[in-house]
Amino acid sequence: MKKYILSLVVALGVVTGCKDDVEFLNVKSTNILLVDEVYGDPRLVLSAATELYNRIPELVEPANFGIYASFDEAFASGDYGRHQNREYSYDDWSLWDYGYIREINLFIERVEAAKALTPADKVRFVAEGRFLRANAYFEMVKRMGGVPLITESLTYDYSGDAAYLRKTRAKESEVYDYVIAEFEAIKSLLPKAPNEKSRATYGLALASKARAALYAGSIAKYGVNTPSVLLPNGEVGIPATKATAYFQTALAAAQELINANQYSLYQKAPDLSTNFANIFLDKANNSEVIFVEDYKLQSGKIHSFALDNQPRALTEEGERGGRLNPSLNLVQSFEKLDNTFAPLAINKGATTDYIYYDKPEDLFAGRDARLQGTVLVPGAIFKNRAIDIFAGIIQSNGTILTGDQLGQLKTVNGASVQVVGLSGPIEGYDGSAQGGFYMRKYNDPVTGSGQIGTQSEVWNVRYRYAEVLLNAAEAAFELGQNAVAAGYINQVRNRAGLTVPLTTGEITFDRIVHERKVELSFENHLLWDMKRWRIAHIVWDGSNSDLTTQPGKATEPSTRVYSLWPYKVYNPGGASHNKWVFRKVLSGRVTQSHIFRLGNYYSRISDGIINSNPLITRNPNQ
Amino acid sequence: MRYTFIVALLLTLGLTGCAFDNFEPPQSTFEGRLVYKGEPLLMQSANATGGNNSDFPVFLELWQKAYNNRSSIRIPIKQDGTFSSLLFDGDYKLIVPNGQGPFLWKRTATNTPDSLAVTVQGSQKLDIEVTPYYMVRSPQFSVSGRKVVGSVKLEKIITDAVNGKTVERVSLYVNKTQFVDAGNSLNKADLAGSAITNLDNVSLTTADIPALVPSQSYVFVRIGLKITGVEDMIYTPVQKVNL
Repeated sequence: MKKYILSLVVALGVVTGCKDDVEFLNVKSTNILLVDEVYGDPRLVLSAATELYNRIPELVEPANFGIYASFDEAFASGDYGRHQNREYSYDDWSLWDYGYIREINLFIERVEAAKALTPADKVRFVAEGRFLRANAYFEMVKRMGGVPLITESLTYDYSGDAAYLRKTRAKESEVYDYVIAEFEAIKSLLPKAPNEKSRATYGLALASKARAALYAGSIAKYGVNTPSVLLPNGEVGIPATKATAYFQTALAAAQELINANQYSLYQKAPDLSTNFANIFLDKANNSEVIFVEDYKLQSGKIHSFALDNQPRALTEEGERGGRLNPSLNLVQSFEKLDNTFAPLAINKGATTDYIYYDKPEDLFAGRDARLQGTVLVPGAIFKNRAIDIFAGIIQSNGTILTGDQLGQLKTVNGASVQVVGLSGPIEGYDGSAQGGFYMRKYNDPVTGSGQIGTQSEVWNVRYRYAEVLLNAAEAAFELGQNAVAAGYINQVRNRAGLTVPLTTGEITFDRIVHERKVELSFENHLLWDMKRWRIAHIVWDGSNSDLTTQPGKATEPSTRVYSLWPYKVYNPGGASHNKWVFRKVLSGRVTQSHIFRLGNYYSRISDGIINSNPLITRNPNQ
Repeated sequence: MRYTFIVALLLTLGLTGCAFDNFEPPQSTFEGRLVYKGEPLLMQSANATGGNNSDFPVFLELWQKAYNNRSSIRIPIKQDGTFSSLLFDGDYKLIVPNGQGPFLWKRTATNTPDSLAVTVQGSQKLDIEVTPYYMVRSPQFSVSGRKVVGSVKLEKIITDAVNGKTVERVSLYVNKTQFVDAGNSLNKADLAGSAITNLDNVSLTTADIPALVPSQSYVFVRIGLKITGVEDMIYTPVQKVNL
């Protein structure tokens, strides 16, 4: 019996064994797609494009918002180190991602060589690749200055010497010229589809072109204010003679988009603040948004902005929330409805000579509606609940009673009284409203957005029509066409409820700067704007200056974030009982004044990059 | 029994292992001052809280020559003008990077910072001679009421038309601790360069110093000079004055 079994086994072995080696090693993978397979199917090419879209470099993203607190827009309730560093590192904000550039170059080359794609598909995919590449170079040039322009995939010949692959840095103006020319070249290849928000469109190409040209123009114009931020071969710095041409390009591109009538300012909700907040929340027929990074619940692509920024009074997740607190510096910048600027009226001179308010939100009445569309002020309602911000109670003798737990109750004259808001603020209590305010812009009001298991699908708006209008206004202003500039800027202001139009004479540099500051706060513009206007080193000058009393002035130092803490008057029977007063507070956690050094205008190119390519010159002043 | 033995053996190995893997830590101290004709040049304090080295207000760079892939070692200048660093023995090149310091540093024909060869063999001191734009001399401080009055004499060192720079402002800083400079002050007085008539006698008076909490009867003061177009300021030595 055993013998039979043995011979059977041997026979089977002979019959089945030893396939041809080549065939054996050629088993088709079930989980890896080869290049030919990917570029043989338009759906897979779209996947490859999606992956490249997904990697668009961005300084701030919804899940990584902490950098907003590094300047003067917000207090970091928890990440206090942001207010304790004096110097910004030269390495901050740097980007040198030639891996990404290479993959885009390969994508373009492979799409062009693909046989299975229709000509229409090819045109669109190539144009999208060129958009992504130009956009990546735009991201690099605004951080590093001129960088090597590599527009095809480079191949190493394995000769042992890679020196022939080394490229020098292009001039800053050459990179901008390249970026602008690319956006111009692809605009007509891309679909005119204003409802397409996640892929490159005609509108996006024009909006990007206007932004890039405006940046280049202002660097050319204002570079004279920072003569040492310059490299002799033009890798950093653009000659002043080029400014006008860039501004003309910017204005023309913005006007082309405006006159195409594809996009319009978002105007749906009757309440102007809610309307402003909804620009970022409304994904259905949003006429203003041009390009976004989209998110979707239960798809894996979600973010934690709402989780980390929900008011603590209504947190859905234990100790989470309230991290980013808009600063008093920003809040007081929102002007009054008569187009004038004023610090918030909290006292009549001396700190304790308070002005009393019936409700905390009354302090902010009569201001730009965008204030309460951007910021949750004390007294605001979010998710249909009060956010409850107050720092303590002031008793009849003027003493302040406060606590160290959110919503703490204490006994005052035999009565139990809440002495701190459910959202704080409490000094040093992470997530409490230590800045006095919470975020409304980008903050998802949907129930569940504050839970770790659900999170938020609010999209990240990269380009929107209001910025195009402001870009057009700024370019027109720089070209001396103040009437044109007023026309565009007034559209944006009118939507925000500032119905008294600015006159031609009121269009000044300060106005342009201010309008971008309040319209585009927390939208990843502040740093780039301050850099291109060459006023970053003036505003963040390292002096420990007090909060400015001229919030409409562009060059006022603003090196430390101030907070505004509301207090409730507790004086039963007294006239001011349950009224509200406010104090300007400099948190004890804010220990240093920011200084933006001349070497910060362009980020440092690391020693590692220069070691592998000695042709790269260093950036100035570092 | 056997397991105990194995465990003991492993423990012993654990205690004694890895002697060969470890490098000796750097042991040579390289220290010195930035000086002009022997006088130290005083600057902003390096108050960075760890983390990235480039947070230093003023720093020197050392480049060790022994390796192909080079990256710099940054050495911060302290507020008294001194620096010190623990290094491995070896040959280094020292430079003052572009834009660092309120002084001129020699440049090469290709307009990069000139380097100074430094050989570290055991600890050593080295004063580095630089040419400041100005020297801030003979500081004098007095108190009247709760105001601090200070005066200095500014001496313009670099006077030629190409490199010479004007005074942007002179500032008197007051602070509770000995760290006192543009970024660390509870009170200050500024005098714009255009308002200075006599460089030999620049006098400043602060506003009243607020009540200090907790109370202290003295403050630390310092005068700083900001030069037009130069970021780093030159300071006088920190002085303690009684209120």
